[in-house]
Amino acid sequence: MALALPDLALDYTLRTVALGAMLLGLSSGVVGTYAVLRRESLLGDAMSHAALPGIALAFLLTRSKESALLLAGAVAAGWLGALLVSAITRTTRVKLDSALGLILSVFFGFGLVLLTFIQKQPDASQAGLDRFLFGQAASLLRRDVQVMAAGTVAVLLAVLLLWKEFKLLVFDPDFARVLGLRVRLLEVILTSMIVLAIVVGLQTVGVVLMSAMVVAPAAAARQWTDRLGLMVLLSALFGVVAGMSGALLSSLTPRLPTGPTIVLVVSGLVLVSLLFAPNRGLVWNWARERARRDQVRAEGILRQLAALAEHHGSLEHGHPIAVLRASGWSPEQIEHVLHDLESAGYVRQVSADRWVITAEGMARVRPAVEAGKAGNELARPAARGTEVTGEGQP
Amino acid sequence: MADRHNGKVPAVEVQDLTVAYREQPALWDVDLTVPSGVLLAIVGPNGAGKTTLLKAILGLLRPVAGQVLVFGQPVVQQRRRISYVPQRGSVDWDFPTSVLDVVMMGTYGELGWIRRPGRRERERALAALEQVGMRELSDRQISQLSGGQQQRVFLARALVQDADIYLMDEPFQGVDALTERAIVTLLQQLRAQGKTVIAVHHDLQTVPEYFDWVMLLNVRRIACGPVAQVFNEHNLRLTYGGRFAMAAFAREVDETAPAVIAPDRSRSGGGDHGTGAA
Repeated sequence: MALALPDLALDYTLRTVALGAMLLGLSSGVVGTYAVLRRESLLGDAMSHAALPGIALAFLLTRSKESALLLAGAVAAGWLGALLVSAITRTTRVKLDSALGLILSVFFGFGLVLLTFIQKQPDASQAGLDRFLFGQAASLLRRDVQVMAAGTVAVLLAVLLLWKEFKLLVFDPDFARVLGLRVRLLEVILTSMIVLAIVVGLQTVGVVLMSAMVVAPAAAARQWTDRLGLMVLLSALFGVVAGMSGALLSSLTPRLPTGPTIVLVVSGLVLVSLLFAPNRGLVWNWARERARRDQVRAEGILRQLAALAEHHGSLEHGHPIAVLRASGWSPEQIEHVLHDLESAGYVRQVSADRWVITAEGMARVRPAVEAGKAGNELARPAARGTEVTGEGQP
Repeated sequence: MADRHNGKVPAVEVQDLTVAYREQPALWDVDLTVPSGVLLAIVGPNGAGKTTLLKAILGLLRPVAGQVLVFGQPVVQQRRRISYVPQRGSVDWDFPTSVLDVVMMGTYGELGWIRRPGRRERERALAALEQVGMRELSDRQISQLSGGQQQRVFLARALVQDADIYLMDEPFQGVDALTERAIVTLLQQLRAQGKTVIAVHHDLQTVPEYFDWVMLLNVRRIACGPVAQVFNEHNLRLTYGGRFAMAAFAREVDETAPAVIAPDRSRSGGGDHGTGAA
């Protein structure tokens, strides 16, 4: 059939895949915001790995390949994992990170054992369970997408209705309790939402990399905004973009696994956000830092030129860059700064390699120079400048 | 309410309260009766269980033994009448939200499930911000606030609740002089309205000036009562141990002589804070 009607088949697959990936990005992007802000990103990781034995057990018990059944197993196992993590941290001295690691590896290991067991059985219908490991968008059926849509709607409804409750729960749970909010219940609902979001994405991304879809869109969104509402929207958008482009790429390219492709796309979004977001981005910080450093550097050079001018008693006598080099900066850096100062009107280029401070420049540094004469601390760069002049001039 | 006027039902009553963290008792058999309308300071050394006591009163901790009554009833039935100003450091100030939004959180309790705050809640939040001198900063991101401003945001959030009892955990901790003045003014306003304030406090020198009752706590209750009666060298020694030093400490702290107290001998020369008292 696929051969006879390639266009139609492609259309159907593409539509299903795109829709599924969109739902996946939407639900995990929204839920991830809360997980990231609560610093519980790794809970998603533990729960998605914990879902694997649930899927395998559901298959062993029912012998059915029905996604809804398998995913119900995933929900149960994911929930059990979350409960155990919470129980371990509450009743023992084991810390959260160790408890998460413990549950993740134990459940995932058990899941792998079951998966191997299933694959060794002669039963023909075993095929396809390993798609839950790394995800396989192309295998999505319309029924699967319907299940995913139901999960996504539940997640979105919960966030819309309990908007203020979740906000307070994440920001200040103690205060929420003092106000009489049912904090335990809200935590249960939030955990259920994480489980749901994971289950929605399980067939597309797989248990191994699902946590990236919970963490990455939210982490990227945090870079761009300081408002919770906008962060949720952006996170959802990033999730949708990553999910759709990754899923489409992998279903159009043979043998490209969906989960890893989606995760690569979303990692790209995170990288761009970390680098280029205003205020929080690294490039932004770097530029701000550089502007500050240039400012300090320019002040220093101006002070030196002022000291030289005073030493010579003239605002006409130019000085070479080599003289100014004493401060440990490269001649290129100094020249760059000098040109900046020139455009600001503080220095003047007398000849090819000779510079002198202007009256304006003097006016600008004079308070500093005079303060320097009074206290020894500030006088030092100027003094060093003069020394070098003495040696440098043949 | 009648009980607030005749003062028969205490605002807070703590009986035989014991709280333990892993066998180590943080509070041991503590009794406390706070009459309505007083400003009570809880003082004691580090690890004395001051914050624990506040949290136990608020029902945030489950005590090993004992009970807490708020206006004669368990705290869960009196949520509307009790408010909390936690330590500034207890939350992540990098949370993506604005000053006004945090203050409006004080209305979430009465709003109940699902309902969102509306214009009325917004107005009340702005009024509370006005009261702490932060109205102009209502749109500011909370990550851009100074320590003193953070503290005032928390106070405004508590004020919005319009409760009868305010529990504050070190409201003066690490704030600038301006904020300290603002908080003192606020405390006096609350007292004038007949509200009860219970605050963990660290600066012993300002206890007589800012508060009218004091509880001295070191896992056990050492003393509790009006400042003039219980805030004396004997009780402070019992609370802080032998190395406690005081200069010119007079019995009649309240009206006449300003108390110059220093928790340690090395600081006993610095009496400049105390001279402004009373």
